[in-house]
Amino acid sequence: MSRLLQRIFGRLPIGWLQLTHKRGRFAAALAGVAFANVLVFVQLGIMNSMAEATLRPYGFFDADVMISAADANALAEGGNVARQWMLQALADPDVNDGMGLFVGNVPWDRGGTDITLTTFGVDPGRPDFVTHGLTDGLMYLQVQDTVILDRLARGLPHEEAAAIRPQTPLAFETENRTLTAMTTFAGGGAFGGDGYMLVSDQTFLSLFPSRSSAAPDHILLRLRSGADVAATIERLQGLISDHSLRIRSFVDAAVEDLRYQQTQRPTGVIFGFGVLIGVLVGLVIVYQVLSADVADHLREYATFKAMGYRPRFFLGIVIEEALVLGLLGFLPGLIVGTAILTVMGKVTTLPLAMTPGMAVTVLLGTLVFSVISGGIATRRLAAADPADLF
Amino acid sequence: MDSDPIVEVRGLNHWFGTGEARKLALSNINMTLTRGGFTVLMGPSGSGKTTVLTLVGCLRAVQEGSVRLMGHELNGASAKELTALRQRLGFIFQAHNLHESLTALQNVIMGVQVRPGLPDDLARHAAARALGLVGLSDRLDYLPAKLSGGQKQRVAVARALVGNPALVLADEPTAALDKDSASDVVDLLKRLGARRGTTTLLVTHDNRILDRADRILTLEDGRLVSVKETAAE
Ligand SMILES: Nc1ncnc2c1ncn2[C@@H]1O[C@H](COP(=O)(O)OP(=O)(O)OP(=O)(O)O)[C@@H](O)[C@H]1O
Ligand SMILES: [Mg+2]
Repeated sequence: MSRLLQRIFGRLPIGWLQLTHKRGRFAAALAGVAFANVLVFVQLGIMNSMAEATLRPYGFFDADVMISAADANALAEGGNVARQWMLQALADPDVNDGMGLFVGNVPWDRGGTDITLTTFGVDPGRPDFVTHGLTDGLMYLQVQDTVILDRLARGLPHEEAAAIRPQTPLAFETENRTLTAMTTFAGGGAFGGDGYMLVSDQTFLSLFPSRSSAAPDHILLRLRSGADVAATIERLQGLISDHSLRIRSFVDAAVEDLRYQQTQRPTGVIFGFGVLIGVLVGLVIVYQVLSADVADHLREYATFKAMGYRPRFFLGIVIEEALVLGLLGFLPGLIVGTAILTVMGKVTTLPLAMTPGMAVTVLLGTLVFSVISGGIATRRLAAADPADLF
Repeated sequence: MDSDPIVEVRGLNHWFGTGEARKLALSNINMTLTRGGFTVLMGPSGSGKTTVLTLVGCLRAVQEGSVRLMGHELNGASAKELTALRQRLGFIFQAHNLHESLTALQNVIMGVQVRPGLPDDLARHAAARALGLVGLSDRLDYLPAKLSGGQKQRVAVARALVGNPALVLADEPTAALDKDSASDVVDLLKRLGARRGTTTLLVTHDNRILDRADRILTLEDGRLVSVKETAAE
């Protein structure tokens, strides 16, 4: 290792030799960096899964524009939108088609475990508005009280979900009604619910008697192909009489939902804060180790200064140490972080996993922050005055 | 060129502190060191010996007067120039100042590696040779903690000499050593210096060293009070 580093640096790897000379301190420092890495990995993993879970339901639908109430920050949040605005929107030449989208949570008592299905009510006659995995199943929804069920829902055993087919449907009781799952699609557990369910708007209204067909939660619009989405939205804002409505492209709606989850909701803020804490812990640990190391070697550094070594050389030693700590601390952090995320993913059925992107981000972050800490630690080098050596 | 002095000090004054506390440490020092001599600088504690060494060794800025080192005027020289000049000097301190994490060999390598562009194996070879000259061929891979005080100071001598410096500055290098080790180290310095044509300026209180000197300078209260050429050579 020492020889290898000597090749790389073109000089004795003093930083490496210095760090490994005090094995106890070195091991503690690596454990500290690894711990900070694990902290960041877990928080990032949760944030990633939150992003994935937030964006996932948008993937069920195929629309260009979404009209929502002013307070509708997320799909399942906020007031509803009068259907009459859809009729106004359809007057625009670039708007091809519109559909009301109903959203509500349906509890499902599975004998012991209560699970919550985020339920979307759609018009079964408009397959254009749902994405591939759902178009085929949509025709079954024409029959009252039939559903397309999320086969990845939390609390739904795999074998049970896999057995659901039109020939062998699954009937279940909820809200004093009997629903029949004719087919399934791949959703997954989220933070707001355990899974998803698609029903016809008629079935939705019978599940939620207080809701009215005249007021869906959102209105989805599909535009003429090649239409300018931004320009159309601007026209719609003039066209529709209710100016408090949020008229956004479907993509923007998803992005804004995610931003809302990450910055306005306590969970998102807490996880973001967790990343910050992890970074700070790492920064402080590396700084502590390196500045203590500089302080311990002031005499040696002063001697090297007397011998004619330049400031760059000392900076190089500390940066070398920072990189060694960052790199060697990252590896155990990656292994432990992956293990924790895998176990957490299994337990929660949230999409928690180590991704290459996360690993690379955290590695680069670790190296950058290590070098920053090292840079700060070198301020102490000024105290090494070779004139004091004699 | 060969007769050019290595060090030429003219009218050197040096103060420590500022304002009321300003105190004259060196007053009108004049001295010349020619190539190859072994000069001992003596004087009571606080007389300014170390101050002379740090000024000549480019470790302190010259305030007043002139110090010419290998033809370069140090008064007014930039920190960068001083650092570059230091690369051509050898220092030996009272404490050995070896790096605890580096082996004897690695410590000595540090003495040559300061020259940019020196190939790795050449530095290693030169360092091993220098350690051989101080009689430590069998201790190359020892950490300082595993060496005796005299051995450590011999490593320090090897480190100071490995780069073939024009001038070696040593400040009480034997103060921490027992009698035998002390005379070993001084013999080495004298012998190796003579062989390589190195100029040595050594500060000491130690009378045992005086008989090795070519020249003895005595400082008292910041003034050079005597210059004695000895018959040693
Ligand atoms: N960094 C400093 N700040 C203030 N005064 C200093 C400093 N270094 C030395 N002095 C003063 O300058 C004078 C000369 O000091 P110097 O260290 O050169 O003496 P010395 O001859 O080497 O003494 P010793 O034999 O005790 O090492 C002393 O009076 C000392 O107090
Ligand atoms: Mg002194």
